[in-house]
Amino acid sequence: MTTAHAKTIFTSEPFIPSWAKVASIYAEMGNAWTLQFEVPEGQDVPTFQPGQFAMLYAFGIGEAAISHSGSAAPRESLRFTIRPTGATTCALTRLSVGDTVGIRGPFGRGWPLEQAQDRDLIIMAGGLGLAPIRPVLKNIQMARTSPRRTALIYGARQPEHILYRDEFDDWAASGVEVHQIVDRATGAWDGAVGLVTHLVPKVSLDFENMVAFLCGPEVMMRFSAIALEDAGLPAERIWLSMERNMKCAIGHCGHCQFGPAFVCKEGPVFRFDQIRTNLFCKEI
Amino acid sequence: MSGITDLLSVHPVLQGLAPAFLNHIAECAHQREIPAGTQILTEGDTASHFFLIRTGKVALQTSSPSTKVETFQTLGGSDFIGVSWLAPPYRLAFDAVAMTDVSAIMFDARCLRAKCENDHALGYALMQVFVPAIIERLKCARLKALDLYAVTNP
Repeated sequence: MTTAHAKTIFTSEPFIPSWAKVASIYAEMGNAWTLQFEVPEGQDVPTFQPGQFAMLYAFGIGEAAISHSGSAAPRESLRFTIRPTGATTCALTRLSVGDTVGIRGPFGRGWPLEQAQDRDLIIMAGGLGLAPIRPVLKNIQMARTSPRRTALIYGARQPEHILYRDEFDDWAASGVEVHQIVDRATGAWDGAVGLVTHLVPKVSLDFENMVAFLCGPEVMMRFSAIALEDAGLPAERIWLSMERNMKCAIGHCGHCQFGPAFVCKEGPVFRFDQIRTNLFCKEI
Repeated sequence: MSGITDLLSVHPVLQGLAPAFLNHIAECAHQREIPAGTQILTEGDTASHFFLIRTGKVALQTSSPSTKVETFQTLGGSDFIGVSWLAPPYRLAFDAVAMTDVSAIMFDARCLRAKCENDHALGYALMQVFVPAIIERLKCARLKALDLYAVTNP
């Protein structure tokens, strides 16, 4: 069994991690690292849906749930952007090329891309929340998903913390209406400063026939969802990617319970109207 | 005056204000073309004017000895610059700098306050214009104080 797992990236046994080697590490802006893992030759490329996550296991330390940030393209299908905030994520970001980690997944329910087909799509992301959104944007670039029009509103703390800064031009070139905004700025920044919600009225999309994908700090998502509702978008067409402390990743342990739902299994992407009550309930 | 009134009538900030009020406040207004880089308002000065931005972009800024000048909000074509003129001590709290060439309508605050004092219906109508925007800016400031995107270093 051990030998077999060593040759397989993802196994059908959800609790048994497979192995993968770090192929590259890239230091992103704002204290985050993007790790690309090597897919062994001759193995099927694991498929995931944009918005799904994997459990990455730093040996001897622990597991952490990390959203897929790669595209469906084989060479970057196992790509994760990680911010060191705890023991496991710190260990993962200190890995070197050639080091091995355990991987389980993909898990959870991703973005409802079929809802965006032939509709306008507004994406609102904040901080590291752009990572689970990146596969959606890559899908649009590769014409795997074809919204009528797409707008991306991205908020960051300051210009120096903008994630994937080299990719915004490519997204714009593929037809995405890109808006960036930061909380504060010094120096040469000539873009917008303020809240992500301030850019909603500036988006030239059809709110009557639109869906929204939101990912970022929970407070940001709450205010963004309300701003979209106020602009005329029904709650049942607003989707949010939630984050909770996931352990088993298959809805058994209950660590990620969010009201009656398990984020790992029924999420992480939820429809706004289905979680609204709990989203505004304190300490859930 | 009709030229200014026409400009006021199409400005997003004043949408909903009765035409009679627009004619009234137009007497306190002047059109201004402001080159990029101009310091429009200066922290600590008396709030003697405020501006409706027609086109262009303006940065609201502050600074401290230990930091560079920091922009905490940018304003554009549907915004106004300056709220300190509304209430005593009429003292500007922040700098405003034109990031681009700006076309604006400048109001004489003393003139406008006098009109509001003499016509409370006008005063109330203007409060209905400015208070929601001030509430929005307060919400923005509170959310920023939470530092939602903070990057932690464990």
